[in-house]
Amino acid sequence: MPLITDTGFAPDDAITLTPLDALPEAGEGVALDLPLDADTEAVAAYFNRLDLIVIPFPNFGDGRGFSLAKRLRSLGYRGRLRATGHLIPDQYAFARFCGFDEVQITDEQAERQPENQWTSATRALPPFLRRRVSGWV
Amino acid sequence: MYRYDEFDHDYVRARVSEFRDQTQRRIDGALTEDEYKPLRLQNGLYLQLHAYMLRVAVPYGTLNSRQMRTLAMIAERWDEGYGHFTTRQNIQYNWTKLTDVGDILDALADVEMHAIQTSGNCIRNVTADHFAGAAADEIEDPRPTAELVRQWSTAHPEFAFLPRKFKIAVTGSPNDRAVTKAHDIGLRMLRNDAGEPGYEVIVGGGLGRTPMIGKVIRDFLPKDDLLPYLEAILRVYNLHGRRDNKYKARIKILVHETGIDDMRAQVEAEFDRQMREEGGPLVAPDPVQVAKITAYFAPPAFEVLPDASTTLETAMANDAALAAWVGNNTSEHRTPGYAIVTVAIKGTGEAPGDATTAQMRVLADMGEKYSHDELRISHEQNVVLPHVRKDDLPAVFSALRKAGLATANAGLITDIIACPGLDYCALATARSIPVAQDLSRRFAAPERAKAIGNFTIKISGCINACGHHHVGHVGILGLEKSGIENYQITLGGDHTETMAVGERAGPGISAEEVGPAIERLVDAYLDTRADENERFIDTYRRIGAEPFKEALYAA
Ligand code: HEM
Ligand code: SF4
Repeated sequence: MPLITDTGFAPDDAITLTPLDALPEAGEGVALDLPLDADTEAVAAYFNRLDLIVIPFPNFGDGRGFSLAKRLRSLGYRGRLRATGHLIPDQYAFARFCGFDEVQITDEQAERQPENQWTSATRALPPFLRRRVSGWV
Repeated sequence: MYRYDEFDHDYVRARVSEFRDQTQRRIDGALTEDEYKPLRLQNGLYLQLHAYMLRVAVPYGTLNSRQMRTLAMIAERWDEGYGHFTTRQNIQYNWTKLTDVGDILDALADVEMHAIQTSGNCIRNVTADHFAGAAADEIEDPRPTAELVRQWSTAHPEFAFLPRKFKIAVTGSPNDRAVTKAHDIGLRMLRNDAGEPGYEVIVGGGLGRTPMIGKVIRDFLPKDDLLPYLEAILRVYNLHGRRDNKYKARIKILVHETGIDDMRAQVEAEFDRQMREEGGPLVAPDPVQVAKITAYFAPPAFEVLPDASTTLETAMANDAALAAWVGNNTSEHRTPGYAIVTVAIKGTGEAPGDATTAQMRVLADMGEKYSHDELRISHEQNVVLPHVRKDDLPAVFSALRKAGLATANAGLITDIIACPGLDYCALATARSIPVAQDLSRRFAAPERAKAIGNFTIKISGCINACGHHHVGHVGILGLEKSGIENYQITLGGDHTETMAVGERAGPGISAEEVGPAIERLVDAYLDTRADENERFIDTYRRIGAEPFKEALYAA
């Protein structure tokens, strides 16, 4: 299950995930497995104890993870954010702009969509943000 | 009119090559059919009954003559010589070959057009009042808002995989010509008591199998808060909209199941969260950008003219056909001496919205010569010349007449909306075009149509309601019953600011029965109306459905 970042594929870090209901008892440096229907405001109380939040993508057409990531960032989460499950290379940039740092896919998918397809997929900012960044506006 | 900046140009070109690459990856097998389909749809390409269909965006229905000529060229070169203007202010080509798509998209990009987000579960092409910037009753031009929304929603990273499609419409006039209450979000421009500009935000309207009238979620949203507020609505929808059943996936169902008050609370909380973000919301509007967009829509250089045109009056006195057309197909312009012209793309016996290459070229010429190079596509499937000098109306009429485009039926009973139906659409349960053609022949006599007055008939070929049948004064829904087409009639719908969903009149009837039944209904209306100024819809509201049901089923 390779991890994909801006530099390409990296091996699976096989990190142990903490389920949401175990969060209150978990210590520092937690990697949280966040369900899509989680109450994000409640999770926000624990942000300083989290190193990583993993958000599932059950199917690439299910875009809830994008909004969940945006909301976590909007609530002030500054740690690492990972999307895991089914995303396609064409969604990599979307994931990054929504606040994800990395994407994890299955080995089967990595075989069908090897590293070069992920690195060559568009990274361009959407035009709305390009205008902003370039100072055009 | 809006002109692309470098970012639009770059993006549209990059998107064409990206789509070519995606198609190649589908052919290689890197993308499965399931993975490719939404990418194809978000680039406007549908698979229909006989061929692919390409849906080209006409943002808020505004285009120039050069763009119209390109639409004509595409119809000629890559289709069968015509295109279909739709209720979504777009144009569809019904006979697209997969191998031509890249070239068509390149040709569109040459004239600052594209097919992006005309389909798929994303924010679709934004629609607006087709009389924008011209109408006498307008508070403010809705197009700068629509353009801002277009820019914000194009390739929005968070909202490309929503539970379902998402449609936004904007009107700047209290007389709603943009059907805002039947959209996922409707924006009505207004001013508050202090005179500040803003929007009434309507959410959760829609047609389809569960028609719903949109509800007000915010009665006054300051103009500057628009994008963060839209972002908040979309985020709540993206997180909580139903994904278990595609028929329940639109925001209207979420609003209905959650209740508007609870929905409002969630949206306001999301909105507040963004407003509290460090450095303000990412999509906070930039006054410089807004001013830049607004400048593109500055009114053209109108001449100072007397409001009445003696040239026109003399010509009308000598030409009854011209007088009838001017009386019916022009609307009041905000500038003295000018008029808004509605060109009917539905002559007697024609398929509503279908325009040939030759007709599109005539329309382009008319726009260039007589309407400050501007044309509009209306959701009524007509083309509008927004800024015509009254002095020029006789010349425009004569040129349109030669092209078969001078039917004087705007707003009358033959100004029918019809979806493609079983002639093209893979989802259809019945034909809609032949029904429209039959009705248009039955009511072709201009004096009779004029006597009937404002009367809207809207026809859909299945429950999805692309033909807006729920909001027609008379709606016709084509269904199928044991292999036979069967049409359900609804009465009393209204697509304007007083929106109403029509009521079912009774059991469905066969295709041949539709025409005679509607004729009887119209006769019953003419017999019972209080006076000539009482429209069918008013009579219906006054006396109720019963007499009309009786007339429909009298045979
Ligand atoms: C021919 C291929 C087409 C297909 C496959 C198609 C598909 C659909 C479907 C499935 C819906 C229901 C959506 C829902 O309720 O969630 C719908 C609604 C709609 N479509 Fe189409 N459509 C087609 C053509 C058109 C055309 C030609 C127009 C414009 C004339 C159009 C405009 C609309 C409108 C206005 C609605 C209803 C408003 C709403 O979204 O609630 N569609 N379409
Ligand atoms: S209403 Fe039905 S038949 Fe008509 S275009 Fe829409 S999906 Fe097709």
